Amino acid sequence: MRHGKYPLIVTFLVPPVLLYVVFVVSPYLQTFQISTTDWLGYSADANSVGMANFKALWNDDYVWNALKNNAILLALVPVLTIVLGLFFAAMLNMGGRKGRAGVSGVRGSSFYRTVYFFPQVLSVVIIALLWKEVYHPNKGLLTSALNGVGLSAPTWLGDPKTAFWCVLAVMIWSNVGFYVVLFGAAMSAIPKEIYEAVMLDGASRLTTLWKVTIPLLWDTVQVAWVYLAIFALDGFILVQLMTNGGPNFSTDVIGVRMYDTAFGSETKFGYASAIGVVMFFLTLTVAVLALRVSKRDRIEYS
Amino acid sequence: MNRRDILRRTAAAGLLATPAAGLLAGCATGGGGDDKGDAGTYKGTKSEQNPLGVAEDAPLEVVIFNGGFGEEYAKAHEAMYTEKYPKAKINHSATQEISKTLQPRFVDGTPPDVVNNSGAGQIDFNGLVSQNAIADLGELLAAPSLDIPGKTVKDTLLPGAVEVGSYDGKFLVMNYTYTVYGIWHSTKLFTERKWEYAKTWDEHIALCKQIKAAGIAPWTYAGLHPRYMSWPLISTAIKFGGPSVATAIDNLEPNAWKSDAMKAAADAWHQIVKDKYILEGSSGLDHKQSQTAWCQGKAAFISCGSWLESEQKDVTPAGFNMTVQPTPSLGSGDKLPFEAVRGTAGEPFMVPAKAKNIAGGLELFRIMLSRKGAQDFTKKVSSLTVVAGASEGVELPFGLATVVKALDASGSNGFNWVYNNYYRKLERNLVDAACGEFFSGRIGPAEFLDQCQKGADSIAQDSSIKKYKRAV
Repeated sequence: MRHGKYPLIVTFLVPPVLLYVVFVVSPYLQTFQISTTDWLGYSADANSVGMANFKALWNDDYVWNALKNNAILLALVPVLTIVLGLFFAAMLNMGGRKGRAGVSGVRGSSFYRTVYFFPQVLSVVIIALLWKEVYHPNKGLLTSALNGVGLSAPTWLGDPKTAFWCVLAVMIWSNVGFYVVLFGAAMSAIPKEIYEAVMLDGASRLTTLWKVTIPLLWDTVQVAWVYLAIFALDGFILVQLMTNGGPNFSTDVIGVRMYDTAFGSETKFGYASAIGVVMFFLTLTVAVLALRVSKRDRIEYS
Repeated sequence: MNRRDILRRTAAAGLLATPAAGLLAGCATGGGGDDKGDAGTYKGTKSEQNPLGVAEDAPLEVVIFNGGFGEEYAKAHEAMYTEKYPKAKINHSATQEISKTLQPRFVDGTPPDVVNNSGAGQIDFNGLVSQNAIADLGELLAAPSLDIPGKTVKDTLLPGAVEVGSYDGKFLVMNYTYTVYGIWHSTKLFTERKWEYAKTWDEHIALCKQIKAAGIAPWTYAGLHPRYMSWPLISTAIKFGGPSVATAIDNLEPNAWKSDAMKAAADAWHQIVKDKYILEGSSGLDHKQSQTAWCQGKAAFISCGSWLESEQKDVTPAGFNMTVQPTPSLGSGDKLPFEAVRGTAGEPFMVPAKAKNIAGGLELFRIMLSRKGAQDFTKKVSSLTVVAGASEGVELPFGLATVVKALDASGSNGFNWVYNNYYRKLERNLVDAACGEFFSGRIGPAEFLDQCQKGADSIAQDSSIKKYKRAV
């Protein structure tokens, strides 16, 4: 049957590879090519301008401002999401006081599990609109709550000082649920014997989490890190729908800049492609770095 | 996914890239269309009955922006077209995403015949014009009007209608509606409280004080789209310094934003910020939210165009009776009288240069610009058209009737600016951001004008943006 192997492989492999080439690789390559032109998007003509778009990018304050915001997101979103995700997952899976060896969740953990997962069920667009209303400066939930206890509230999305943090909070809120489930699943795969041994040695719950659970989850955390880092470099949908980069560019991110340059206030597709190319390399670098920095020896427990 | 995978994929992509880059040069940007010539286009014989040379059996594709006006009005115009040319088949579609939907078709060289390029997803006209993507509508202007005897289409239009759609002297964009920009208030509220709209700025501030004392915020605005407030501010400056203030801004003249008139206007408007005459939290509201707060009586004034009434139809209480008024005069030294108001043609329609049925597109415009077509539009969507006098005999809703009155009073003193058409980014991004800072009180008048000027300068210095000069 040896000679029958290749037709099979080819049949199964060619369609997905072809799709991947047509819909992923080829647009990427075209983007690289378009980024060296002055294409304005509504005619077939484009002149090659070499690296001029990239030179202009280097001097574009708005792009740097957007990159700065992405950098802050990159520094905070993964860390906060993972910490919160780990904490919640730990509480749900092994936070309970009762039960043997501390390996059951807090009371009502199945309820919380569902609640945490809610945001994941909603489409990002719904999340953005929902939070836009929560942040409504006159009758939003937050303002009403603060006013209710006699505090004055900021205008949330209307103030450059608060808008960015409001969006960041939504990013974390909408992501945590998924990682609670992800970490939860990984935790339940950890053999209970390990916890029993740890308990016998008299370790506290915090020590257990820090010294046992997290090291055993490291692979999962690493994956989460890469995903979240890529997410933080994007953030396009939430920002575009909630603030469109405003007020005064305080919530601008590189994805919004790219979109605005091609489809928004201008039609500079060549320049927007150059932004896309920069994004491509940034994302790639961040993914590689995230994997490298978090690289540790793999722990096998089977 | 692990690191090795990523590296392997990158390497593979890199290998692929080298030979493929050349091939791909002909992909997204190299689409067809340039050497077809006239082969695929429809042309009929010109005659007195058919001055534009419409091929009577040629299909016509129309794409409408499905926004505040909906699409029913367009279907009515299309029905008038098929009544005239029964053999023509009309392909009608409506979308809110004009640029995303149509961009590939422009590149491909197969755009629709008529595009209503409007809304947030509008294609930047600067880009379209500089790529020669729009057909010249000059022939339409010279053609006789469909049902106003003895006049060409151009003769039937309100003043300024042709100017707004012209780039370097060529009439490329048919702006169908006539929009008046002003300050709106509820007649009901003002009658109840015995307030009267103030004609000078000092009186306006005094009135604001009175309104605030009555427990109502004098002003609100769309904090998330603060460019709405640039309209009354620039209007104040133009009324103070004359129309040349607008021409300088449109032509990107150095320091146009820092002219004495602009300084005077910015100083004046700063007063409502300083004295806290703006509804608290306005800076966090979008246009709908702020307009709704205004309709609910939480604020007395709002700046908007004459589409406001139909946009707010669902939430306006009965008897609210919104009225539009010109911006108050700064003083007796104003070059234009109080009645002068900004009126301009809006709601752009175009025929792509590579459309198959250009003559059909122009003919549809001629139908829209006929008295019958214009009256039908005004009846259906409560908005004025650029056809002079076409609203006569049509019963108008309260707000629109005040728009007509304001327009009549303004007469030949009406003014306009077009920098927002020439350089979409300047208004939508740069002036918008500056207005947000200014009207929330984070910067003062001098910094506001500086920031606007910086934006204008960045457009002026960008060699990839085509520049236009306003004739008048």
